[in-house]
Amino acid sequence: MGVIALQLNPIQCVAHGLCADLFPERITLDEWGYPIIAPGEIPDELVAHARRAARACPTRALVLARTKAG
Amino acid sequence: MTAQTVAPPRRLEPGRSGRLLSGIDAGSSINLARHLELWGALPSLPAAAVLDMVERSGLLGRGGAGFPTARKLRSVAAGKGRPIVVANGCEGEPASAKDSVLLARAPHLVLDGIQLAARAVGADRAHLVVHHGSAVLPWLRAAMAERRHDPVAVTLETVPARYVASEESAIVSALNGGEAVPMFTPPRPFERGVDRRPTLINNVESLAHLATIARFGPEWFSELGDPAQPGTTLVTVSGAGTDRRVAEVATGTSIGRIVKAAGLTLTNCDAVLVGGYFGCWLPAKTAARLPLTHQALREVGGALGAGIIAVLPPGACGLRETARVASYLAVQSARQCGPCLNGLPAIADAMAALAAGQWDEQTWPALNRWLDVVPGRGACRHPDGAVRFVASALSTFASDVEMHRAGRPCAGTASAPFLPIPTQHRWV
Repeated sequence: MGVIALQLNPIQCVAHGLCADLFPERITLDEWGYPIIAPGEIPDELVAHARRAARACPTRALVLARTKAG
Repeated sequence: MTAQTVAPPRRLEPGRSGRLLSGIDAGSSINLARHLELWGALPSLPAAAVLDMVERSGLLGRGGAGFPTARKLRSVAAGKGRPIVVANGCEGEPASAKDSVLLARAPHLVLDGIQLAARAVGADRAHLVVHHGSAVLPWLRAAMAERRHDPVAVTLETVPARYVASEESAIVSALNGGEAVPMFTPPRPFERGVDRRPTLINNVESLAHLATIARFGPEWFSELGDPAQPGTTLVTVSGAGTDRRVAEVATGTSIGRIVKAAGLTLTNCDAVLVGGYFGCWLPAKTAARLPLTHQALREVGGALGAGIIAVLPPGACGLRETARVASYLAVQSARQCGPCLNGLPAIADAMAALAAGQWDEQTWPALNRWLDVVPGRGACRHPDGAVRFVASALSTFASDVEMHRAGRPCAGTASAPFLPIPTQHRWV
């Protein structure tokens, strides 16, 4: 099983910031424009938003993945 | 080689020669003949026996993280493909000298340990990695030339003398022909590291302990030290007039006792830095009673790291020392991840202003926000360690912080700098 969560590759991220526009429920930006992702499972009703945010990432730094539980 | 009986070293006086440091002599290296005289021949053990002895010894890695060595060996042995052994002798912590002392003075213990680790995991190749231009290189070359008949060939490699270059994934990247910068993992090196093979990366002191465990057994090893973290450990102690003195102590020895044995005192001392630049400042009174264990350091919000103890000289300014180190750590960022690349310089600038007493009160909430949002968001632990170090200064030197914020920096800001800062190599 596992949980659906957003994972960020911090080396690939160059602070485009699209993710925070598309998924403000879980992503805010720090003062330099890099995303701060709220931890935890993404509830079913928000998964579509999370997926859109991940797909919009120009550097593919953000991925929506099923992680191992715990 | 004829088998010989050698009595294991038993007595241990903090600050004097102990186990790993038996028979060492400043200015010279223990050659192979002397090594065999001191320790006897390395027993030829099957892989399962090595694994079993390490397991029963309870040895935890001596590089800083304190991971159980046996578990690491087993993970690598179970990996897909022929494993590779990497002995990490980089000693990225500027205030540490224990790995250099070990490599220069007792290199054959480390080289024995490499052979044992290779046997345990079934490796056919090994690398010994130190910093470019390291003073230990001539000693290591001489020692390695004495043992060309070792079953597993060891090659000596160097990486740039930068703080994060000795991080595990950075070493793997360098050995694979890339830049010595941390990678965003997974896969972890034990799964797929050098040449895409399962890679065992051990600190050189951990490997030296393997060499003694194989000879005298796990029960002998754990006769000394804290039950949760058995054996002896190398520490580096600095203080007023004492620069990086290396000693071997039983784990669990109180920091006060270690400091005393190094000829220093905690009287009239405000604070002690424990664990290096990823560690924390502790009030001298707290540190004096604290046993040197991972558990005890974690409980006070710190980290044991590689066993660094730096006693702030009386009159020195802890905030100024912290600002100097924060600036060094900011420059040492591999500049790969935004929060570290931007956050550490911002924190360092704020600390410099605070130390100098040239303070804009609006910076206070910003500094606290940065300390809050920067950790946990990098590919490696560099920003996390740097933030822990700075945050510990703000709490341990809280009364100084009030004075500095009020524009009245202490007199100590004029005294000579204390903590060592290497010549800086900026990334990119």
